[in-house]
Amino acid sequence: MTKLKVNNRLMETDAAPDTPLLWVLRDHLGMTGTKFGCGIALCGACTVHLDGVAVRSCVLPLHAVEGGAITTIEGLSPDRGHAVQKAWLEIDVPQCGYCQSGQIMSAAALLHRNPNPSDAQIDAAMSGNLCRCGTYPRIRKAIRRAAELQGADGAADGARK
Amino acid sequence: MSRDLAELTRRRFLGAAAGAGGTVLLAMTVPGFGAGEKPGARAAGGRLNAWLTIGADNSFTVVVDRSEMGQGVYTALPMLLAEELEISLDVISVVAAPVGDAYINPANGGQVTGTSNSVQDAWEKLRLAGAQARTMLVAAAAERWRVDPRLCHVSNGSISGPAGKTVTYGGVAAAAAKLPVPKDVKLKPKAGFQIIGKPRLRIDSPKKVDGSAEFGIDVKLPGLMYATLVQSPVLGGKVTAVDAAAAEAMPGVRRVLVTDGGVVIVAEHFWQALTARSVVKITWDPGSNADLDNAGIRAMLEKAANSRQGLSARADGDAANVLKSAKRSLHSVYELPLLAHAPMEPMNCTADVKRDGCDLYVGTQVQQAAQLAAATAAGLDPGKVRVFTTLLGGGFGRRLDVDFIPAAVIASKAVGAPVKVIWTREDDMMHGTFRPPAREEISGGLDAEGRLIAWSLDITSPSITARASPSVTDPFDSVVEAALNCPYAVPNFSLTYTRREIGIDVGYMRSVSHAPNCFAIESFMDELAVAAGKDPVEFRLGMLAAKPRHAHVLRTAAERAGWGLRKPGRHQGVAFMEGYSTQVAQVAEISVVAGEIKVHKITCVVDCGQMVNPRIVESQIESGIVFGLTAALWGEVTLVGGRVRQTNFNSYRLLRGNEMPELSVHLVESDAAPGGIGEAAVPPVAPAICNAIFAATGKRLRSLPIARQKLA
Repeated sequence: MTKLKVNNRLMETDAAPDTPLLWVLRDHLGMTGTKFGCGIALCGACTVHLDGVAVRSCVLPLHAVEGGAITTIEGLSPDRGHAVQKAWLEIDVPQCGYCQSGQIMSAAALLHRNPNPSDAQIDAAMSGNLCRCGTYPRIRKAIRRAAELQGADGAADGARK
Repeated sequence: MSRDLAELTRRRFLGAAAGAGGTVLLAMTVPGFGAGEKPGARAAGGRLNAWLTIGADNSFTVVVDRSEMGQGVYTALPMLLAEELEISLDVISVVAAPVGDAYINPANGGQVTGTSNSVQDAWEKLRLAGAQARTMLVAAAAERWRVDPRLCHVSNGSISGPAGKTVTYGGVAAAAAKLPVPKDVKLKPKAGFQIIGKPRLRIDSPKKVDGSAEFGIDVKLPGLMYATLVQSPVLGGKVTAVDAAAAEAMPGVRRVLVTDGGVVIVAEHFWQALTARSVVKITWDPGSNADLDNAGIRAMLEKAANSRQGLSARADGDAANVLKSAKRSLHSVYELPLLAHAPMEPMNCTADVKRDGCDLYVGTQVQQAAQLAAATAAGLDPGKVRVFTTLLGGGFGRRLDVDFIPAAVIASKAVGAPVKVIWTREDDMMHGTFRPPAREEISGGLDAEGRLIAWSLDITSPSITARASPSVTDPFDSVVEAALNCPYAVPNFSLTYTRREIGIDVGYMRSVSHAPNCFAIESFMDELAVAAGKDPVEFRLGMLAAKPRHAHVLRTAAERAGWGLRKPGRHQGVAFMEGYSTQVAQVAEISVVAGEIKVHKITCVVDCGQMVNPRIVESQIESGIVFGLTAALWGEVTLVGGRVRQTNFNSYRLLRGNEMPELSVHLVESDAAPGGIGEAAVPPVAPAICNAIFAATGKRLRSLPIARQKLA
C-alpha cells in the first residue's frame, strides 16, 4: 500500500509503485478530472500540483510522489472559487473542455509563484499545455483576468487583517 | 442545380455512414449530466415533447440531439427552445439524446453531428418545440382555472392568469403533457428575441472548470475493467499468431483476445493492461500495404489524374475550348497531404454487455452507427443496444467513425463485465481515419482585360463516401463539394473527380472538402490575379458582383486588415471561402526572415447569417483558425512501409499557445438564415498564408505543409 496526500486528504492505494500518478488518480482513486492526453508529458492534460508546483502526472510514478502533497483540479477549490476558475468562467474559455483541467492547473501554479505574469511569462508557463480546439486567446485573457481577481482578493484579505 | 446535387450526395453518404440504426426510444439519464437531480420530481412532472421534460419542481431538462464536442450545441440548441418557452438558460439541465427517430438530422440522413449544420437543423425544430410546449402549458393552466387561455401570460417559467392566479410550468407540466400538440403556433419574429443572438455563457462551462465534466474516458461503472487494443503496425494488417502466456500471468490481467481489429488486453486497471502490452508477442500479416509510402501515394494520384478518366461534376459553358483560345492561360497542380484529427481525448469506448442487451458509453458523432457497430460486435439486435453519448474531448470528424467501438463490446462480452478500451496517443495517431490526400489540378484562362473567362479543376483523391457506401461511383463525392459550389462567376467552368483509392481508410475531417478545395482555388486565384496584373481582392470582387453578401465579407476583411497599407517586413495574403451557408474571408499578415515564416496576425470576417450565440460563433472562428494554422504550418501524416511515422505530439506538431498570432475576428450582423460555424474558418487559413508567402518571397507554394517547403 502506498500512502498519498491528495487534495488535503490522506489516501491509500494498492497500485503498483511504477504506476503513473495519472492512472492512480483516475483508475484507483476515481478522480477523473485529470486527463490522459499523450502519456509522455507533451500535452499537459494531466497537469496536477505536487507541493504547489505544476507537474505532469502521466510520467510521475507513484513511488516518486509518496509523502508529497498533490492537488488535482477537484481540489483546487470546493466551489469553482479559485481565481483561475472564476476567470475561466467569466471569459468562457472551454470548448470541448478536455484539456482545460490541465490548463487551469498550469495557470494556477503560474499565478501562485508569479501573481502578475507578463504575456511572455504566460506564454512560457502555458506552452506545455496543448488545446486542439484553439482556446489559446481566451486562456491568455483569462490568466490576465485571474491575476486581477487574485490581486483584488489579496487586497481584500489585507484590508481585513 | 449543382448545389442540390451536392446536398443530395451529402445526405446519401452521411446516411450510409450513419447506418440503419434502430429506432427505439429509451428512457435514460446520461452520466455526468443531470447528476444530483431528484428523480421523484421529474416523475411527477411531464415530458412535453422529445426535447423537453419539466419537473413538478419547475426543473427543466432539455434533450440535445447533437454531440457536444466543443462547438457549443449544449448551449445553442437549448437557447432556441428557451427563447420560445420563455425560460432562463440558467435553469436548464442538458442531457444527451438516446438513439431515436425524433433526433434524426434529415440533412445528414441520420442522427449525425457533422457538416456544421446542428443549428440549421434545430433552428425551426427547437423553437417550435418550445412554442408548442409553452402553448400546452398555458392551455393546461387555463383549463385548471377555467379561463380563456388568451387571458394568460407567461414569464420566466410561470403562467399568470386573471385575478392574480399564478402557477409554475412545473405545476401544470403533467397535465400539459397529456394535451394534444398544437399545430398552429406562431414563432417570435427576430425583433422579439430575448435570448437568440445574445452573447451568452456556455451551459457546459462550469463542469469543464472543476473536472466534473464527464467524457467517454471518464465513465465509471461498478466492476469496470480496462483494456488496450494492439492494432497492426502496418495499416490494414491482420493478426496471425499471439503468444499471450507471459501477459496473462501478469498482475491484474484478465484476458487477451484476438479480434478483427487487433489484440485486446483486458486488465483490472489500465496501467496493468499497458504493462502487459509490452510482453504480448504478436505475429502480423502486414497485408497489402507493406510497401505503402507517401511517394507511392503521390504517384498513384498522379497516374490516375493523367489517365484523364475523371467524371464530370460540373460543366458550365465550354471550358476546354475557351481555355485554348484564351489570351493568357495558367496551369497549376496543388497537392494536399494526409492529416490526423488528433483530438485531445484519445479514442475510447466503454461497453457493458449483459445477457439481453448492451449499454454503450461513448463519445460519438453518430449514435445510430455506434449502436449498429456495437450490436454487430455483440451479436444483438440494434434495438438492444442503449447508446449513452458522453461529452466528446474533440471530434473534428474522427468520431464520425466507429472503429474504436467493437473491441470494447467483444471484450465486455468475453469477460462478463463492463470494459473500457482506451487508445494510447500512439494508437490514436497511428490508426486514424486520416483526411485524404488530394491532387487538384487547375487551368485558368484570362481574356485581354485580365478577366477569368474559363477554368477547369480536376480533383484526384480517395473517396471518404465510398467506404461507407461502396457502390457510390458518381462524381459528386464529398471531396469535391466545395469546388462544386465555388461562388465565383466564371462563364466556363469544368470540374471533374477522379477517384483513386490508396489502400488505407480515409475519413471526414473538419471542413472536409473545403480546406483542400479552398487551398487550390484560392491559391490559384492569387496566381491569376498576379498574371492579370490585378489586386487579389479586386480580382475576386470582380467575380462576386452578383453576390453582395460574399463581396461585403471580402471587402470588410480587406478594410479591417489594412489591405494594401504596406508595413515594413510584413506581407499580406487573402483568401475567401463559401460553405455551410457561411462566408468567410481572411487576411494573413506574415514575415519571412532567413527562410523562417512567422504568422503575425489573421484578420477574419464572417457572415454566418442569423447567429444564435455570437460568443460561441467567435470562439468557433478562433478555433477554426487555430486548426487551420496547425494544418497549414505542420500538418502531414507520413507512411513508411505502410506504418504511420507520427506517433505523438512530438512528431505531429500542434500549434501551442506561445505560437498564436494575433486574431482579429469580425462577425457580420445578418438576417439571413443561420449558417454553420464549426468548420468555416479552417479553409482560408492555408491559402491566405501561402499567398502572403508569395507576396513576401515570390515563391508559390503548391503543396502543404509549409514547414516542408524551402522559403529562403
